[in-house]
Amino acid sequence: MSILVNKNTKLIVQGITGKAGSFHALQCREYGTQVVGGVTPGKGGTDVEGIPVFDSVEQAVLKTGADTSMIYVPAPFAADAIIEAAEAGIKFVVCITEGIPALDMLQVKHFLRDAGVTLLGPNCPGIITPGECKIGIMPGYIHKPGKIGVVSRSGTLTYEAVHQLTERGIGQSTCVGIGGDPVSGLNHTQVLELFNEDPDTEGVILIGEIGGSAEEEAAEYIKGHMKKPVVGFIAGQTAPPGKRMGHAGAIISGGSGKASDKIAALERAGVCVAMSPAAMGETMEKALKG
Amino acid sequence: MNIHEHQGKELFRKFGLPVPKGQVAYTADEAVKAAESLGGSLWVVKAQIHAGGRGKGGGVKIAKSKAEVAELAKAMLGMQLVTHQTGPEGKEVKRLLIEEGAAIAKELYLAATLDRAKAKLVVMASTEGGMDIEKVAHDTPEKIYKIWISPVVGLRAFQSRSLGQKLGLNGNALKQFPTFLSNLVKLYQANDCSLAEINPLILTQEGNLVALDAKLNFDDNALFRHPAIVELRDPNEEDANEAKAKQYDLSYISLDGNIGCMVNGAGLAMATMDIIKLEGGDPANFLDVGGGATEEKVREAFKIILGDSKVRAVLVNIFGGIMKCDIIAAGVVGAARELGIKIPVVVRLEGTNVNEGKRILEESGLKLITATGMKEAAQKVVEAAKS
Repeated sequence: MSILVNKNTKLIVQGITGKAGSFHALQCREYGTQVVGGVTPGKGGTDVEGIPVFDSVEQAVLKTGADTSMIYVPAPFAADAIIEAAEAGIKFVVCITEGIPALDMLQVKHFLRDAGVTLLGPNCPGIITPGECKIGIMPGYIHKPGKIGVVSRSGTLTYEAVHQLTERGIGQSTCVGIGGDPVSGLNHTQVLELFNEDPDTEGVILIGEIGGSAEEEAAEYIKGHMKKPVVGFIAGQTAPPGKRMGHAGAIISGGSGKASDKIAALERAGVCVAMSPAAMGETMEKALKG
Repeated sequence: MNIHEHQGKELFRKFGLPVPKGQVAYTADEAVKAAESLGGSLWVVKAQIHAGGRGKGGGVKIAKSKAEVAELAKAMLGMQLVTHQTGPEGKEVKRLLIEEGAAIAKELYLAATLDRAKAKLVVMASTEGGMDIEKVAHDTPEKIYKIWISPVVGLRAFQSRSLGQKLGLNGNALKQFPTFLSNLVKLYQANDCSLAEINPLILTQEGNLVALDAKLNFDDNALFRHPAIVELRDPNEEDANEAKAKQYDLSYISLDGNIGCMVNGAGLAMATMDIIKLEGGDPANFLDVGGGATEEKVREAFKIILGDSKVRAVLVNIFGGIMKCDIIAAGVVGAARELGIKIPVVVRLEGTNVNEGKRILEESGLKLITATGMKEAAQKVVEAAKS
């Protein structure tokens, strides 16, 4: 009833002894995620409220059988942490760290492609399969187990969408925050493919924003392949060109990346686009009644 | 982060990219001295601001005598230079670059940047140099040639040769081009650029390649490993409020409307601007307080928003995740007390510790307008800004 993570996921946390790392590791455990270990070089042998800490990902995987890692390592060392996880046999890496240089991520991305490892993020809120597994910084309690997938670059805007769904009694299969960086792991289209193949996902909310062309590419995929209703929203309809709106990627440059073009592309692909961010849940409710 | 053309050209020299001889001048006297030490009989006076399209706006002129250099320098220094990238108010010119004249046979375009979709660096080149390249890309995309650089094997010589041929180079220039391009890519990678653009790249009448312009942008995320680049920052080029926000790790962009916004998360902040517009209002700013906001950050954010005299009402829209609603509420209350806020403030809180946050707002005794849901919040703030 989900994609990428579920109740069997075994998670380690890289950077677990930092302030954010320990706080969120414990929050994830409290939600029900199997947090089997953590990694901080030099602190192997200690523990964080009962979660064993290792010096390397290799040792952590060997001792715990972890298959997934969540990364809170500071930006200058984060690229190294992602590659370390991949080398140690981790299959799914969720990188929360923000501020990683784009050139570092170019190398990481190509390395992971060869290694067959899936990356979510960086600079992302993480992923949650409600009721089973939370990996990231989202507030767990707003979610409700169910059949709608959510994919977005933004954290808080995803919470907004989830909240609107839950308020209407509509649960979620998995919610994926892909992050706002220009070079990152999973993109909108790849997450849509996973939702499309997941028998327990019945519809998807896709939240995009200005900049780049990921939403246009997602629209192409939806037009040709998507078997389930998709509801869209694009943030930044009022953003002026040439100004970077927080996310490194959120900038309208050279007349491309405009919200209006993205909305038009999604609508041509049959997506019901909510014009207001307050109407995402309502639009999905209508789409399901179809 | 952006730097000036003359700073970019210094970096070009370090990386073996030929540029014309030139000197910076902050006064007309310095401009004349620069012309004297450069020698020759023809000089180019170039306004140094962080924006493209300077030529069209009157910020690049040719002088045929030292008297003319002085005259042009006097006219340019202190002028508000308006280009298609500065906005209608333009930017004040505070420094000039005085360069030797060049004998141009051909103007080309060359740039390196990141191709997000392919996750590779891309080199773009065109025979239509000196033009507005965005217009060329739109009207005649077939005149822009691209090569992509593999993160594994890097830029290869054959790619450069093939690009040089497409640009119609021959003889000496075709031989120079692979080294030229390779140096440009080296500069890009060594300094974590996000854009390295030369427009125009000229072919001189002697058949040499020379970068007549240099536009370099840098990846803000990588500045921690380039202290020398950070030194090149020109505070005159930055919006004062935006710079202040940066100090507190807030992401702030000033806009034209009258409704101040304080939101957590870039996506939600953009969506908040959108819904204000949909409800008939106009946002005064984009402001993302980020994930780890403290009471102090919230207070500073308020100060920045209220520092904009256009602001008639403020909307605080917070969906707490890591950010806890009670912290935000305490920050809002603290700021309202300290600053004696006179304009209406609409607060919408949701998420982690929301009840605690609402209680703090209620017990403060302040006249804050609370709202549930984004739509209600937007309607209330638009209404409040009208009165």
